[in-house]
Amino acid sequence: MKHKWAMAIDLDRCTGCGACVAACVAENNIPTAGEAEVEKGRSMQWIRVARYWDGEYPEANAVYLPVPCMQCERAPCETVCPVYATYHNEDGLNAMVYNRCVGTRYCANNCPYSVRVFNWRDHAWEKPLDEQLSPDLSVRSRGVMEKCTFCIQRIRRAREQAAAEVRPIRDGEVVPACVQTCPPGALLFGDLDDPHSEIARKLKDPRRFRLMEHLGTEPRVVYLKRQKGAGL
Amino acid sequence: MSGDHLARTDATALFHELTRSNLPATRRWYLVVGLLALVVLWGLGCFVYMMKAGMGVTGLNRPVMWGVFIATFVFWIGLSHSGTLISAILRLTNATWRAPILRGAEAMTAFTLMVGGLFPLIHIGRNWRFYYMIPYPNSRELWPNLRSPLMWDAVAINTYLLGSLTFLYFGMIPDLAIARDHATGWRKRFYTVLALGFRGTHNEWRRYHVASTIFAILIIPVAVSVHSIVGWDFAMAKVPGWHSTIFAPYFVTGAIFSGIAGVVLVMAALRKAFRLEKTLTTVQFENLGKLLCMMSLLWGYFYFAEFLTVWYNRNPEEWEVFRSYGGHYLPLWLSMFVCNFAIPFPMLCMRRVRRSIPALCTASFLVVVGMYAERILIVVPSLARRNDPFIWNNYFPTWVELSILASAVAMFLLLYIVFAKLFPIVAVSDVQERLFQATDRAVGGTTVESLARPEAHGEGGRG
Repeated sequence: MKHKWAMAIDLDRCTGCGACVAACVAENNIPTAGEAEVEKGRSMQWIRVARYWDGEYPEANAVYLPVPCMQCERAPCETVCPVYATYHNEDGLNAMVYNRCVGTRYCANNCPYSVRVFNWRDHAWEKPLDEQLSPDLSVRSRGVMEKCTFCIQRIRRAREQAAAEVRPIRDGEVVPACVQTCPPGALLFGDLDDPHSEIARKLKDPRRFRLMEHLGTEPRVVYLKRQKGAGL
Repeated sequence: MSGDHLARTDATALFHELTRSNLPATRRWYLVVGLLALVVLWGLGCFVYMMKAGMGVTGLNRPVMWGVFIATFVFWIGLSHSGTLISAILRLTNATWRAPILRGAEAMTAFTLMVGGLFPLIHIGRNWRFYYMIPYPNSRELWPNLRSPLMWDAVAINTYLLGSLTFLYFGMIPDLAIARDHATGWRKRFYTVLALGFRGTHNEWRRYHVASTIFAILIIPVAVSVHSIVGWDFAMAKVPGWHSTIFAPYFVTGAIFSGIAGVVLVMAALRKAFRLEKTLTTVQFENLGKLLCMMSLLWGYFYFAEFLTVWYNRNPEEWEVFRSYGGHYLPLWLSMFVCNFAIPFPMLCMRRVRRSIPALCTASFLVVVGMYAERILIVVPSLARRNDPFIWNNYFPTWVELSILASAVAMFLLLYIVFAKLFPIVAVSDVQERLFQATDRAVGGTTVESLARPEAHGEGGRG
């Protein structure tokens, strides 16, 4: 059965707390690059919470924009990879084959959202931090590209569970780590092919927009615009 | 080249004059080669270190995923557009002054391509897996992705390298035969094998001329396509400042521009090192100067056309990139503009400059510097000021990158010096042919060179 996995990000609800980033790091074996490397722009995090200032001090408001991989339907990263290390999988997700990647970094250049991260070095998990590594996915070596996968290991687990019980995947059964963790519930994940799913209903909201829509990448991550006014 | 006309009186003397580079190596030669080899080894060490430690030892980051390695790659491939292309065009247009510069320029193409072609391999994150980009049969039935401009690049550069090497070798066969006839010892055996039994019969010469015309015609589209494709590496990407239809012709123009400057510098060095003053005269340099002047103007025109459209349009993403040219990247932008246009163009408009070798070399050196600045300016700021201001970041190369760049220069010089020691660095037979066609005629109180040349179609083999 085909799915059209999508994520909705309600900017009205996002408080910029960064819990999604922490959850993602814990779930996906993402190394901590360290202060010096992060300062050079080499943070390894798959989702970033971009912060912009709206207005001038002292009336300045922080505006937060969580940016994971957009899982574009027409992904610019895929066409430029010379070795098919990044490709479109059967669910329409942009998947990465780490072992195939030679590290040309062209995909990262061609991603208008700059969400791809590169392993500038080999990373180590000092004891006892290595205990937290998830056995569901690999640890990436130096020289390969990586990025948000919509927690593909959780999608697979749900699919196997559903197959074992001979039923379709239920709405809400697949929850990526960031969505699961988000304290104000700004993130929502689901299947757009299922017209009764929560996300399909949520995305009828007239506040919806997609990031840099004019580029024609058709992202699977949809934002709900922040409303100005009372309560903000 | 006129003057004493050695060829008509003494072909052996001419040969010895033109092949001084092949004299037994002196202590100074070994010293220079040794020093260059040391620099190459140092760069190799840095490369191995980078491979072991990861690309983190460079200054690269997100979003500047490509840096000086890619800029240098474009630069070297650009320099390669001097030799074979110029040589082919001059052959086809039957420019009589071409003979002394052919070989040196063609060799330059071969070696700049070899050195430049290494950079994409140096640049990639897992160099030891580079062969994934080669279409070899494998159990997973995986093929490289031919939609990727990087694959177009690999194909184009390999084609150009093979073509240029063939062109270089083919053009050298008559000279290798001459060298064989003059040589003794191991050189005799060396040249005998390489000359492929060329004896200089009428039939051989006729075929040689037909084939060299065909080669020259075939190599021109290859050369143009190579730098167009290098331009498309950038232009195909969804990156503001890169995604531009003008890039292919603009890159080709820039490539020929820097290539001519490179040829001038190499020619001046050869002239000085091997005392070729009688062969490489102001005629060659002045003509190269004229070409350089025209290319400077053409480059300026392309840059202006690109700048004007972005400036007028003020598309915010693109404008942010261009704004950084006046901000963080101002030193780089100024070096580009001043060294590529503001100084060389007015300079080269003056006949006095074009006829003075030191002045022409100064202008050429400026152009090489300016074009290098341009390559960095194309690669880096567009990435550094991309779409989302939250991740904007600057980039500066580290000592590892700079060492590898230095060793690439050393590698080029080393290859060139060894080549000049082993092979006739001046196209002896072409110079001879040119001298046979020339006669001195007294016109009034002065002597003027008069040139008899075959009909253009006569060279094609029918005549």
